[in-house]
Amino acid sequence: MEVSSEQIWQAVYQTLYMVGVSLVFATLIGLPLGILLVVTRKGHILENQAIFSILNPIINVLRSVPFIILLVAIIPFTRLLVGTSIGTTAAIVPLVIYTGPYIARLIENSLLEVNAGIIEAAEAMGATPLQIIFRFLIPETLGSLVLSITTATIGLIGATAMAGAVGGGGIGDLAITYGYQRFSTITIVATVIILVVLVQGIQSLGNRLARKIRRK
Amino acid sequence: MSLLEQTDTSLRQNEVQEQRYALPKEKKIEFLQVEKKFESGGKIIEALKGVTLTVEKGDIFGVIGFSGAGKSTLLRTVNLLERPTSGTVIVDGKDLTTLSVAQLRRVKKDIGMIFQQFNLLESKTVFENVAMPLLLSQTPKKVVQERVAELLSFVGLSDKAKSFPDELSGGQKQRVGIARALATNPSILLSDEATSALDPQTTESILELLKRVNKEYNITILMITHEMNVIKEICNRVAVMEHGTVVEQGEVLDMFAHPQTETARNFVKSVIRDDIPPSVYKALANSRGQSKIYQIHFVGENSGQQVVSQVAKQFQTQVHMLFGNISELQGVPFGNMIVEIGGSSADIARAYQYIQQQNVTVKEIS
Repeated sequence: MEVSSEQIWQAVYQTLYMVGVSLVFATLIGLPLGILLVVTRKGHILENQAIFSILNPIINVLRSVPFIILLVAIIPFTRLLVGTSIGTTAAIVPLVIYTGPYIARLIENSLLEVNAGIIEAAEAMGATPLQIIFRFLIPETLGSLVLSITTATIGLIGATAMAGAVGGGGIGDLAITYGYQRFSTITIVATVIILVVLVQGIQSLGNRLARKIRRK
Repeated sequence: MSLLEQTDTSLRQNEVQEQRYALPKEKKIEFLQVEKKFESGGKIIEALKGVTLTVEKGDIFGVIGFSGAGKSTLLRTVNLLERPTSGTVIVDGKDLTTLSVAQLRRVKKDIGMIFQQFNLLESKTVFENVAMPLLLSQTPKKVVQERVAELLSFVGLSDKAKSFPDELSGGQKQRVGIARALATNPSILLSDEATSALDPQTTESILELLKRVNKEYNITILMITHEMNVIKEICNRVAVMEHGTVVEQGEVLDMFAHPQTETARNFVKSVIRDDIPPSVYKALANSRGQSKIYQIHFVGENSGQQVVSQVAKQFQTQVHMLFGNISELQGVPFGNMIVEIGGSSADIARAYQYIQQQNVTVKEIS
Protein backbone atom coordinates (compact mmCIF):
# COMPACT_ATOMS: atom_id res chain seq x y z
CA MET A 1 0.00 0.00 0.00
CA GLU A 2 1.43 3.29 -1.11
CA VAL A 3 0.89 6.71 0.43
CA SER A 4 -1.18 9.25 -1.45
CA SER A 5 0.24 12.66 -2.30
CA GLU A 6 -2.51 14.05 -0.11
CA GLN A 7 -1.05 12.20 2.85
CA ILE A 8 2.39 13.54 2.06
CA TRP A 9 1.17 17.13 1.91
CA GLN A 10 -0.71 16.61 5.13
CA ALA A 11 2.48 15.31 6.74
CA VAL A 12 4.54 18.22 5.41
CA TYR A 13 1.97 20.61 6.82
CA GLN A 14 2.06 18.87 10.21
CA THR A 15 5.83 18.99 10.33
CA LEU A 16 5.95 22.67 9.42
CA TYR A 17 3.23 23.40 11.96
CA MET A 18 5.04 21.56 14.76
CA VAL A 19 8.42 23.03 13.87
CA GLY A 20 7.06 26.56 13.44
CA VAL A 21 5.02 26.75 16.62
CA SER A 22 7.62 24.91 18.73
CA LEU A 23 10.38 27.14 17.40
CA VAL A 24 8.52 30.29 18.42
CA PHE A 25 7.88 29.07 21.95
CA ALA A 26 11.29 27.42 22.35
CA THR A 27 12.96 30.67 21.30
CA LEU A 28 10.80 32.66 23.68
CA ILE A 29 12.05 30.39 26.45
CA GLY A 30 15.58 29.74 25.21
CA LEU A 31 16.61 33.30 24.37
CA PRO A 32 16.06 34.76 27.84
CA LEU A 33 17.55 31.66 29.45
CA GLY A 34 20.62 31.87 27.22
CA ILE A 35 21.02 35.55 28.08
CA LEU A 36 20.62 34.76 31.78
CA LEU A 37 23.26 32.02 31.52
CA VAL A 38 25.69 34.61 30.20
CA VAL A 39 24.97 37.67 32.31
CA THR A 40 24.66 35.88 35.66
CA ARG A 41 27.98 34.10 35.40
CA LYS A 42 30.93 35.18 37.50
CA GLY A 43 32.30 38.56 36.58
CA HIS A 44 29.49 39.40 34.16
CA ILE A 45 27.12 42.37 34.26
CA LEU A 46 24.47 40.74 36.47
CA GLU A 47 26.62 38.23 38.31
CA ASN A 48 24.31 36.03 40.36
CA GLN A 49 25.71 32.78 41.63
CA ALA A 50 22.30 31.50 42.78
CA ILE A 51 20.54 31.90 39.45
CA PHE A 52 23.48 30.60 37.45
CA SER A 53 24.09 27.54 39.60
CA ILE A 54 20.40 26.55 39.50
CA LEU A 55 19.82 27.27 35.81
CA ASN A 56 22.95 25.60 34.51
CA PRO A 57 22.28 22.04 35.80
CA ILE A 58 18.55 22.21 35.00
CA ILE A 59 19.39 22.91 31.38
CA ASN A 60 21.93 20.09 31.38
CA VAL A 61 19.40 17.62 32.79
CA LEU A 62 16.72 18.59 30.27
CA ARG A 63 19.24 18.28 27.49
CA SER A 64 20.34 14.81 28.51
CA VAL A 65 16.87 13.24 28.44
CA PRO A 66 16.30 11.49 25.08
CA PHE A 67 13.39 13.09 23.28
CA ILE A 68 11.35 9.91 23.01
CA ILE A 69 11.51 9.51 26.84
CA LEU A 70 10.70 13.17 27.45
CA LEU A 71 7.75 12.88 25.09
CA VAL A 72 6.18 10.15 27.18
CA ALA A 73 7.37 11.31 30.59
CA ILE A 74 5.65 14.68 30.45
CA ILE A 75 2.31 13.44 29.16
CA PRO A 76 0.46 14.57 32.33
CA PHE A 77 2.00 18.03 32.00
CA THR A 78 1.07 18.17 28.34
CA ARG A 79 -2.53 17.23 29.13
CA LEU A 80 -2.64 19.94 31.79
CA LEU A 81 -1.33 22.53 29.39
CA VAL A 82 -3.20 21.83 26.14
CA GLY A 83 -6.03 19.59 27.36
CA THR A 84 -4.89 16.53 25.41
CA SER A 85 -1.85 14.33 25.23
CA ILE A 86 -2.45 13.11 21.71
CA GLY A 87 -2.16 14.86 18.36
CA THR A 88 -0.03 17.41 16.59
CA THR A 89 -0.68 20.19 19.10
CA ALA A 90 0.12 17.85 22.00
CA ALA A 91 3.48 17.08 20.40
CA ILE A 92 4.40 20.73 20.52
CA VAL A 93 4.70 20.79 24.34
CA PRO A 94 7.55 18.23 24.58
CA LEU A 95 9.16 19.72 21.46
CA VAL A 96 9.31 23.10 23.19
CA ILE A 97 10.66 21.65 26.41
CA TYR A 98 13.26 19.70 24.44
CA THR A 99 14.36 22.55 22.20
CA GLY A 100 14.17 25.47 24.66
CA PRO A 101 17.23 24.42 26.68
CA TYR A 102 19.07 23.57 23.47
CA ILE A 103 18.45 27.07 22.16
CA ALA A 104 19.51 28.49 25.54
CA ARG A 105 22.88 26.76 25.20
CA LEU A 106 23.35 27.87 21.59
CA ILE A 107 22.46 31.47 22.46
CA GLU A 108 24.80 31.31 25.45
CA ASN A 109 27.66 30.20 23.21
CA SER A 110 26.95 32.97 20.72
CA LEU A 111 26.77 35.69 23.35
CA LEU A 112 30.00 34.51 24.97
CA GLU A 113 31.77 35.39 21.70
CA VAL A 114 31.37 39.08 22.52
CA ASN A 115 34.70 40.59 23.46
CA ALA A 116 34.89 41.57 27.13
CA GLY A 117 36.23 44.94 25.97
CA ILE A 118 32.89 45.78 24.33
CA ILE A 119 31.10 45.22 27.63
CA GLU A 120 33.71 47.27 29.43
CA ALA A 121 33.22 50.11 26.95
CA ALA A 122 29.46 49.90 27.49
CA GLU A 123 29.88 50.02 31.26
CA ALA A 124 32.24 52.96 30.95
CA MET A 125 29.50 54.79 28.99
CA GLY A 126 27.12 54.22 31.87
CA ALA A 127 24.89 51.74 30.02
CA THR A 128 22.33 49.87 32.12
CA PRO A 129 22.43 46.05 32.10
CA LEU A 130 19.39 45.97 29.80
CA GLN A 131 21.05 48.45 27.45
CA ILE A 132 24.18 46.32 27.45
CA ILE A 133 22.14 43.26 26.49
CA PHE A 134 19.98 44.86 23.81
CA ARG A 135 22.30 47.50 22.39
CA PHE A 136 25.65 45.72 22.65
CA LEU A 137 25.49 41.94 23.19
CA ILE A 138 22.63 41.08 20.86
CA PRO A 139 23.51 43.39 17.94
CA GLU A 140 27.13 42.24 18.06
CA THR A 141 26.14 38.56 17.81
CA LEU A 142 23.01 38.79 15.69
CA GLY A 143 24.54 36.86 12.79
CA SER A 144 25.68 34.12 15.10
CA LEU A 145 22.29 34.09 16.87
CA VAL A 146 20.53 33.56 13.53
CA LEU A 147 22.80 30.59 12.82
CA SER A 148 22.03 29.21 16.29
CA ILE A 149 18.31 29.40 15.65
CA THR A 150 18.88 27.75 12.26
CA THR A 151 20.68 24.87 13.94
CA ALA A 152 17.89 24.59 16.50
CA THR A 153 15.26 24.51 13.73
CA ILE A 154 16.99 21.63 12.01
CA GLY A 155 17.25 19.82 15.33
CA LEU A 156 13.51 20.35 15.75
CA ILE A 157 12.78 18.75 12.39
CA GLY A 158 14.66 15.68 13.55
CA ALA A 159 12.76 15.58 16.82
CA THR A 160 9.37 15.87 15.10
CA ALA A 161 10.02 12.47 13.52
CA MET A 162 9.36 10.97 16.93
CA ALA A 163 6.17 12.95 17.41
CA GLY A 164 4.33 10.04 15.83
CA ALA A 165 4.61 8.33 19.21
CA VAL A 166 1.91 10.67 20.52
CA GLY A 167 0.01 10.83 17.24
CA GLY A 168 1.63 14.05 16.15
CA GLY A 169 1.98 12.99 12.54
CA GLY A 170 4.48 14.70 10.27
CA ILE A 171 6.95 13.55 7.64
CA GLY A 172 9.05 11.49 10.01
CA ASP A 173 5.98 9.65 11.24
CA LEU A 174 4.99 8.94 7.64
CA ALA A 175 8.43 7.50 6.95
CA ILE A 176 8.24 5.21 9.98
CA THR A 177 4.64 4.00 9.66
CA TYR A 178 4.46 3.62 5.87
CA GLY A 179 8.04 3.39 4.75
CA TYR A 180 9.63 1.36 7.52
CA GLN A 181 6.82 -0.66 9.03
CA ARG A 182 5.11 -1.43 5.69
CA PHE A 183 8.27 -1.82 3.64
CA SER A 184 7.44 1.01 1.23
CA THR A 185 10.80 2.01 -0.20
CA ILE A 186 9.26 4.72 -2.32
CA THR A 187 7.76 6.36 0.78
CA ILE A 188 11.14 6.30 2.53
CA VAL A 189 12.84 7.84 -0.50
CA ALA A 190 10.12 10.45 -0.91
CA THR A 191 10.14 11.49 2.74
CA VAL A 192 13.92 11.59 2.88
CA ILE A 193 13.98 13.81 -0.20
CA ILE A 194 11.42 16.11 1.35
CA LEU A 195 13.44 16.30 4.58
CA VAL A 196 16.69 16.96 2.71
CA VAL A 197 15.05 19.77 0.75
CA LEU A 198 13.56 21.20 3.95
CA VAL A 199 16.83 21.09 5.89
CA GLN A 200 18.81 22.47 2.95
CA GLY A 201 16.31 25.24 2.50
CA ILE A 202 16.32 26.27 6.13
CA GLN A 203 20.11 26.10 6.38
CA SER A 204 20.73 28.24 3.32
CA LEU A 205 18.06 30.70 4.43
CA GLY A 206 19.79 30.96 7.80
CA ASN A 207 23.21 31.32 6.19
CA ARG A 208 22.03 33.99 3.84
CA LEU A 209 20.38 35.94 6.63
CA ALA A 210 23.45 35.68 8.85
CA ARG A 211 25.67 36.77 5.98
CA LYS A 212 23.47 39.73 5.32
CA ILE A 213 23.63 40.73 8.96
CA ARG A 214 27.39 40.34 8.99
CA ARG A 215 27.70 42.10 5.61
CA LYS A 216 30.23 39.56 4.32
CA MET B 1 53.18 75.39 5.95
CA SER B 2 56.40 75.45 7.95
CA LEU B 3 55.75 78.99 9.11
CA LEU B 4 52.29 78.06 10.25
CA GLU B 5 53.66 75.04 11.99
CA GLN B 6 56.26 77.10 13.78
CA THR B 7 53.73 79.63 14.98
CA ASP B 8 51.56 76.81 16.13
CA THR B 9 54.39 75.15 18.03
CA SER B 10 55.53 78.34 19.71
CA LEU B 11 51.95 79.08 20.70
CA ARG B 12 51.69 75.70 22.23
CA GLN B 13 54.98 76.16 24.02
CA ASN B 14 53.65 79.32 25.57
CA GLU B 15 50.54 77.53 26.65
CA VAL B 16 52.59 74.79 28.25
CA GLN B 17 54.70 77.36 30.05
CA GLU B 18 51.66 79.25 31.26
CA GLN B 19 50.06 76.11 32.45
CA ARG B 20 53.11 75.08 34.36
CA TYR B 21 53.24 78.27 36.32
CA ALA B 22 49.54 78.95 36.82
CA LEU B 23 48.84 78.10 40.44
CA PRO B 24 46.88 77.01 42.35
CA LYS B 25 45.11 74.41 40.28
CA GLU B 26 41.82 72.66 40.70
CA LYS B 27 41.95 69.03 41.76
CA LYS B 28 40.20 66.83 39.23
CA ILE B 29 40.92 63.25 40.27
CA GLU B 30 42.33 62.31 43.64
CA PHE B 31 43.46 58.84 44.59
CA LEU B 32 43.82 58.48 48.35
CA GLN B 33 45.49 55.32 49.65
CA VAL B 34 43.73 53.27 46.99
CA GLU B 35 44.08 49.54 47.44
CA LYS B 36 42.71 46.79 45.28
CA LYS B 37 42.93 43.09 45.99
CA PHE B 38 41.83 40.33 43.64
CA GLU B 39 41.27 36.75 44.49
CA SER B 40 42.55 34.38 41.88
CA GLY B 41 42.72 30.64 42.36
CA GLY B 42 42.64 30.94 46.16
CA LYS B 43 45.48 33.45 46.13
CA ILE B 44 45.06 37.10 46.99
CA ILE B 45 46.70 39.38 44.48
CA GLU B 46 47.34 42.95 45.53
CA ALA B 47 47.01 44.97 42.35
CA LEU B 48 47.14 48.33 44.11
CA LYS B 49 48.90 48.79 47.42
CA GLY B 50 47.90 52.23 48.60
CA VAL B 51 48.18 54.61 45.69
CA THR B 52 47.94 58.32 46.36
CA LEU B 53 47.95 60.66 43.38
CA THR B 54 46.35 63.92 42.37
CA VAL B 55 45.43 64.79 38.81
CA GLU B 56 44.76 68.47 38.35
CA LYS B 57 42.30 70.09 36.00
CA GLY B 58 43.79 70.48 32.53
CA ASP B 59 46.54 67.94 33.13
CA ILE B 60 47.61 65.33 30.67
CA PHE B 61 48.68 62.96 33.36
CA GLY B 62 50.58 59.86 32.36
CA VAL B 63 50.96 56.73 34.43
CA ILE B 64 53.75 54.54 33.18
CA GLY B 65 54.77 51.07 34.24
CA PHE B 66 55.42 47.58 32.98
CA SER B 67 52.49 45.22 32.52
CA GLY B 68 51.28 43.96 35.87
CA ALA B 69 52.30 47.16 37.65
CA GLY B 70 48.66 47.91 38.43
CA LYS B 71 48.23 50.94 36.20
CA SER B 72 45.31 49.48 34.32
CA THR B 73 43.51 48.69 37.59
CA LEU B 74 44.24 52.21 38.83
CA LEU B 75 42.73 53.76 35.71
CA ARG B 76 39.59 51.65 36.11
CA THR B 77 38.99 52.84 39.66
CA VAL B 78 38.26 56.31 38.26
CA ASN B 79 34.99 55.20 36.66
CA LEU B 80 34.59 52.30 39.07
CA LEU B 81 35.01 49.60 36.45
CA GLU B 82 37.10 48.38 39.37
CA ARG B 83 35.94 49.20 42.87
CA PRO B 84 38.80 49.90 45.27
CA THR B 85 39.05 47.41 48.14
CA SER B 86 39.93 50.33 50.37
CA GLY B 87 40.85 53.96 50.00
CA THR B 88 38.95 56.58 48.05
CA VAL B 89 38.86 57.96 44.55
CA ILE B 90 37.51 61.47 44.40
CA VAL B 91 36.39 62.83 41.05
CA ASP B 92 35.40 66.50 40.92
CA GLY B 93 35.15 66.51 44.69
CA LYS B 94 32.83 63.51 44.82
CA ASP B 95 33.67 60.11 46.25
CA LEU B 96 32.14 57.91 43.57
CA THR B 97 31.88 54.85 45.83
CA THR B 98 29.19 56.64 47.85
CA LEU B 99 26.95 57.28 44.84
CA SER B 100 23.87 55.28 43.93
CA VAL B 101 23.92 53.21 40.75
CA ALA B 102 21.85 55.82 38.90
CA GLN B 103 24.01 58.70 40.09
CA LEU B 104 27.12 56.78 39.09
CA ARG B 105 25.74 56.29 35.59
CA ARG B 106 25.30 60.02 35.25
CA VAL B 107 28.83 60.67 36.46
CA LYS B 108 30.15 58.17 33.91
CA LYS B 109 28.82 60.38 31.12
CA ASP B 110 31.35 62.92 32.33
CA ILE B 111 34.21 60.44 32.05
CA GLY B 112 35.08 59.27 28.54
CA MET B 113 37.29 56.25 28.01
CA ILE B 114 39.38 54.94 25.13
CA PHE B 115 40.99 51.54 24.84
CA GLN B 116 44.00 49.79 23.37
CA GLN B 117 41.76 47.47 21.35
CA PHE B 118 39.33 50.33 20.51
CA ASN B 119 36.31 48.24 21.58
CA LEU B 120 34.05 49.46 18.81
CA LEU B 121 30.86 47.68 17.89
CA GLU B 122 31.68 45.76 14.70
CA SER B 123 28.02 45.54 13.79
CA LYS B 124 27.52 49.32 13.80
CA THR B 125 28.71 52.03 11.47
CA VAL B 126 31.17 54.69 12.56
CA PHE B 127 28.23 57.07 12.96
CA GLU B 128 26.28 54.63 15.10
CA ASN B 129 29.32 53.88 17.25
CA VAL B 130 29.91 57.53 18.01
CA ALA B 131 26.18 58.07 18.59
CA MET B 132 25.90 55.17 21.04
CA PRO B 133 26.60 57.06 24.30
CA LEU B 134 24.00 59.65 23.27
CA LEU B 135 21.39 57.03 22.37
CA LEU B 136 21.84 55.44 25.79
CA SER B 137 20.62 58.65 27.38
CA GLN B 138 17.70 59.13 24.96
CA THR B 139 19.16 62.18 23.26
CA PRO B 140 16.86 63.67 20.55
CA LYS B 141 17.75 62.44 17.08
CA LYS B 142 18.54 65.89 15.73
CA VAL B 143 20.98 66.62 18.55
CA VAL B 144 22.65 63.26 17.96
CA GLN B 145 23.03 64.01 14.24
CA GLU B 146 24.67 67.35 14.87
CA ARG B 147 26.91 66.20 17.69
CA VAL B 148 28.19 63.14 15.82
CA ALA B 149 28.85 65.19 12.69
CA GLU B 150 30.79 67.72 14.75
CA LEU B 151 32.84 65.01 16.47
CA LEU B 152 33.62 63.16 13.25
CA SER B 153 34.83 66.37 11.74
CA PHE B 154 36.95 67.05 14.86
CA VAL B 155 38.69 63.66 14.54
CA GLY B 156 38.93 63.98 10.75
CA LEU B 157 36.61 61.14 9.79
CA SER B 158 33.61 62.95 8.33
CA ASP B 159 33.86 60.87 5.17
CA LYS B 160 33.78 57.57 7.10
CA ALA B 161 30.42 58.02 8.86
CA LYS B 162 28.83 55.14 6.96
CA SER B 163 31.85 52.82 7.13
CA PHE B 164 32.07 49.88 9.45
CA PRO B 165 34.99 49.47 11.89
CA ASP B 166 36.46 46.52 9.98
CA GLU B 167 36.92 48.84 6.99
CA LEU B 168 39.12 51.20 9.00
CA SER B 169 42.81 51.24 9.90
CA GLY B 170 43.90 51.04 13.53
CA GLY B 171 44.47 54.76 13.73
CA GLN B 172 41.05 55.49 12.26
CA LYS B 173 39.45 53.10 14.73
CA GLN B 174 41.07 54.93 17.60
CA ARG B 175 39.79 58.21 16.19
CA VAL B 176 36.30 56.74 16.26
CA GLY B 177 36.99 55.62 19.83
CA ILE B 178 38.00 59.15 20.75
CA ALA B 179 34.95 60.67 19.06
CA ARG B 180 32.72 58.21 20.91
CA ALA B 181 34.40 59.01 24.22
CA LEU B 182 33.76 62.70 23.64
CA ALA B 183 30.12 62.31 22.61
CA THR B 184 28.65 63.11 26.01
CA ASN B 185 30.90 66.15 26.50
CA PRO B 186 32.99 64.70 29.32
CA SER B 187 35.47 66.70 31.37
CA ILE B 188 37.76 63.71 31.88
CA LEU B 189 39.19 61.29 29.34
CA LEU B 190 40.71 58.00 30.48
CA SER B 191 43.11 56.47 28.02
CA ASP B 192 44.00 52.81 28.43
CA GLU B 193 47.14 52.22 26.34
CA ALA B 194 45.36 53.98 23.48
CA THR B 195 48.37 53.96 21.17
CA SER B 196 49.96 50.66 22.13
CA ALA B 197 48.43 48.78 19.21
CA LEU B 198 49.47 51.44 16.68
CA ASP B 199 52.59 52.01 14.63
CA PRO B 200 54.85 54.98 15.51
CA GLN B 201 53.46 57.36 12.90
CA THR B 202 49.87 56.62 13.78
CA THR B 203 50.76 56.89 17.46
CA GLU B 204 52.06 60.37 16.84
CA SER B 205 48.89 61.48 15.05
CA ILE B 206 46.68 60.06 17.80
CA LEU B 207 48.79 61.83 20.43
CA GLU B 208 48.40 65.06 18.49
CA LEU B 209 44.65 64.51 18.51
CA LEU B 210 44.66 63.89 22.27
CA LYS B 211 46.59 67.12 22.73
CA ARG B 212 43.83 68.92 20.82
CA VAL B 213 41.20 67.20 22.95
CA ASN B 214 43.00 68.55 26.00
CA LYS B 215 43.38 72.08 24.68
CA GLU B 216 40.27 72.68 22.60
CA TYR B 217 37.75 70.93 24.81
CA ASN B 218 39.65 71.57 28.03
CA ILE B 219 39.45 67.91 28.96
CA THR B 220 41.68 66.49 31.67
CA ILE B 221 43.38 63.34 30.40
CA LEU B 222 44.58 60.48 32.55
CA MET B 223 46.47 57.98 30.47
CA ILE B 224 48.30 54.79 31.16
CA THR B 225 51.06 53.52 28.93
CA HIS B 226 54.19 51.45 28.92
CA GLU B 227 55.83 53.70 26.35
CA MET B 228 57.92 56.56 27.71
CA ASN B 229 57.70 58.15 24.29
CA VAL B 230 53.99 58.79 24.86
CA ILE B 231 54.74 60.50 28.18
CA LYS B 232 57.46 62.55 26.53
CA GLU B 233 55.22 63.63 23.66
CA ILE B 234 52.14 64.89 25.46
CA CYS B 235 52.09 64.53 29.23
CA ASN B 236 52.82 67.37 31.61
CA ARG B 237 52.81 65.19 34.69
CA VAL B 238 53.79 61.58 35.17
CA ALA B 239 53.71 58.83 37.76
CA VAL B 240 55.80 55.67 37.59
CA MET B 241 54.14 52.56 38.92
CA GLU B 242 55.72 49.33 40.01
CA HIS B 243 54.22 46.36 41.86
CA GLY B 244 51.02 48.21 42.71
CA THR B 245 52.61 51.35 44.07
CA VAL B 246 53.64 54.72 42.70
CA VAL B 247 57.41 54.82 43.02
CA GLU B 248 57.90 58.26 41.58
CA GLN B 249 55.79 61.16 40.35
CA GLY B 250 56.14 64.73 39.26
CA GLU B 251 56.49 67.08 36.32
CA VAL B 252 57.59 65.26 33.19
CA LEU B 253 60.54 67.62 32.68
CA ASP B 254 61.78 67.02 36.21
CA MET B 255 61.55 63.30 35.82
CA PHE B 256 63.48 63.37 32.57
CA ALA B 257 66.09 65.60 34.13
CA HIS B 258 66.39 63.89 37.49
CA PRO B 259 64.82 60.46 37.63
CA GLN B 260 65.00 59.27 41.23
CA THR B 261 64.35 55.56 40.92
CA GLU B 262 65.92 52.82 38.85
CA THR B 263 62.59 52.19 37.09
CA ALA B 264 62.18 55.83 36.16
CA ARG B 265 65.79 55.97 34.97
CA ASN B 266 65.19 52.99 32.74
CA PHE B 267 62.07 54.53 31.25
CA VAL B 268 63.92 57.79 30.59
CA LYS B 269 66.74 55.84 28.96
CA SER B 270 64.24 54.14 26.68
CA VAL B 271 63.64 57.44 24.86
CA ILE B 272 66.81 59.38 25.59
CA ARG B 273 69.97 57.48 25.06
CA ASP B 274 72.50 58.11 27.77
CA ASP B 275 74.70 55.07 27.63
CA ILE B 276 78.29 55.77 26.70
CA PRO B 277 79.10 54.89 23.09
CA PRO B 278 82.18 52.71 22.42
CA SER B 279 83.84 55.57 20.56
CA VAL B 280 84.01 57.48 23.83
CA TYR B 281 85.94 54.69 25.48
CA LYS B 282 88.32 54.65 22.56
CA ALA B 283 88.91 58.37 23.05
CA LEU B 284 89.37 57.74 26.74
CA ALA B 285 92.06 55.15 26.07
CA ASN B 286 93.89 57.57 23.79
CA SER B 287 93.73 60.57 26.10
CA ARG B 288 96.83 59.60 28.18
CA GLY B 289 96.11 61.86 31.09
CA GLN B 290 96.13 65.05 29.03
CA SER B 291 92.37 65.27 29.08
CA LYS B 292 89.30 64.09 30.92
CA ILE B 293 85.92 63.05 29.68
CA TYR B 294 82.70 64.28 31.23
CA GLN B 295 79.09 63.47 30.71
CA ILE B 296 76.75 66.45 31.04
CA HIS B 297 72.97 66.23 31.36
CA PHE B 298 71.07 69.41 30.87
CA VAL B 299 67.54 70.75 30.68
CA GLY B 300 66.56 74.10 29.28
CA GLU B 301 67.33 76.61 26.59
CA ASN B 302 70.64 78.07 27.63
CA SER B 303 72.30 75.41 29.67
CA GLY B 304 74.07 72.67 27.76
CA GLN B 305 75.77 74.25 24.78
CA GLN B 306 76.40 77.47 26.66
CA VAL B 307 78.26 75.73 29.44
CA VAL B 308 80.49 74.03 26.93
CA SER B 309 81.31 77.22 25.06
CA GLN B 310 81.99 79.07 28.32
CA VAL B 311 84.39 76.35 29.42
CA ALA B 312 86.29 76.75 26.17
CA LYS B 313 86.34 80.54 26.49
CA GLN B 314 87.05 81.05 30.15
CA PHE B 315 89.64 78.38 30.80
CA GLN B 316 92.82 77.31 29.14
CA THR B 317 91.20 74.18 27.86
CA GLN B 318 90.24 72.52 24.60
CA VAL B 319 86.78 71.13 24.48
CA HIS B 320 85.78 68.37 22.08
CA MET B 321 82.27 67.19 21.75
CA LEU B 322 82.41 63.38 21.61
CA PHE B 323 78.75 62.59 21.71
CA GLY B 324 75.54 64.55 21.89
CA ASN B 325 71.88 63.72 22.08
CA ILE B 326 69.46 66.58 22.33
CA SER B 327 65.72 66.26 22.15
CA GLU B 328 62.82 68.46 22.99
CA LEU B 329 60.38 67.99 25.82
CA GLN B 330 57.33 70.22 25.65
CA GLY B 331 59.34 72.85 23.84
CA VAL B 332 62.29 72.67 26.19
CA PRO B 333 65.60 71.29 24.94
CA PHE B 334 66.80 68.37 26.93
CA GLY B 335 69.95 66.44 26.39
CA ASN B 336 73.02 64.52 27.17
CA MET B 337 76.52 65.44 25.99
CA ILE B 338 79.86 63.80 26.36
CA VAL B 339 82.79 66.18 26.09
CA GLU B 340 86.50 65.78 26.29
CA ILE B 341 88.29 68.60 28.08
CA GLY B 342 92.00 68.89 27.45
CA GLY B 343 94.58 71.06 29.17
CA SER B 344 96.65 71.18 32.33
CA SER B 345 95.15 69.28 35.22
CA ALA B 346 94.69 72.53 37.16
CA ASP B 347 92.73 74.06 34.27
CA ILE B 348 90.66 70.95 33.85
CA ALA B 349 89.86 70.96 37.58
CA ARG B 350 88.81 74.61 37.40
CA ALA B 351 86.66 73.91 34.37
CA TYR B 352 85.04 70.98 36.13
CA GLN B 353 84.32 73.14 39.15
CA TYR B 354 82.73 75.75 36.91
CA ILE B 355 80.49 73.19 35.21
CA GLN B 356 79.36 71.87 38.55
CA GLN B 357 78.13 75.33 39.50
CA GLN B 358 75.93 75.53 36.43
CA ASN B 359 72.42 74.23 36.13
CA VAL B 360 73.52 70.85 34.75
CA THR B 361 74.44 67.45 36.04
CA VAL B 362 78.00 66.44 35.31
CA LYS B 363 79.99 63.33 35.98
CA GLU B 364 83.42 62.18 34.99
CA ILE B 365 83.76 59.10 32.85
CA SER B 366 86.76 56.97 33.56
